[in-house]
Amino acid sequence: MSGKYPLQVTGNGDREIVMSRVFDAPRELVFEAWTKPELLKRWLLGPPGWEMVICDVDYSEGGETRFVWRKDDGQEMGMTMIGVEFVPPERIVCIERFDVPWYPGEARTTLTFTERDGKTTARTVVRYESQATRDMVLKTGMTTGVAASYDRLEEILEGVLAK
Amino acid sequence: MTRHSEQLDQVFAALSDPTRRAIVARLAIGEATVMELAEPFAMSQPAISKHLKVLERAGLISRGRVAQRRPCRLEAAPMGDASEWLDGYRRFWEASYERLDALLEEMKLERRAGAARKEKPRKRSRRR
Repeated sequence: MSGKYPLQVTGNGDREIVMSRVFDAPRELVFEAWTKPELLKRWLLGPPGWEMVICDVDYSEGGETRFVWRKDDGQEMGMTMIGVEFVPPERIVCIERFDVPWYPGEARTTLTFTERDGKTTARTVVRYESQATRDMVLKTGMTTGVAASYDRLEEILEGVLAK
Repeated sequence: MTRHSEQLDQVFAALSDPTRRAIVARLAIGEATVMELAEPFAMSQPAISKHLKVLERAGLISRGRVAQRRPCRLEAAPMGDASEWLDGYRRFWEASYERLDALLEEMKLERRAGAARKEKPRKRSRRR
């Protein structure tokens, strides 16, 4: 089952990253999985070893959504999102901010769900505050491996410089 | 934690400038003096020195102590911090979405089972 539909990550304009993924399910189900805390807690977990310890969801305009993850070694990661627009089951727009920022400033996330032939495409557009931030997220996010080697650094920089 | 995020801010700010990115790219090949770094750019040595100070403050480069040459070299650690975080982004979503695939399959089955349960009494009532 894994890898049935690839995750597409591309840049758009100067400041956006677009992430797209197809799911073999109708839109209401995908939307439900995205909006119900008891369901979110079962899948929005990232790599193995993490659990979601706080999952408060209010995507409505001005509402606060709070996610906190904890790893089995005690490490925690949290983020808060403030709702901008909520159009079930089509669109969720919010401003995201990580507790420990890994990019400067805020990012505006627009999540859209479109259904076709019983399959649903979830498209996430993240708009960063600057092009430099976007480029860093994009270039590094596209590659795999964790090692912070000079080779990797060169690769990242070549990507940035090729712009 | 605050120190970590402050350093990341500095790393990103330092790399937001094309000249500084070019300097870092040059230093990825090997160490160089201010004079060598100034050469490819139409820039004075003091201007280059200013850029080097920003990179040094962000911890991206260090400068040798040899009085006159003071070669600059790249420090990989802060970039490592940044890229380790950023690299997690894609892996985070890939892993999560695979789990969502499985959950959706389960939800589809439940929904079918629920629909079947609802249908039975309706058929019976129609027969009556």
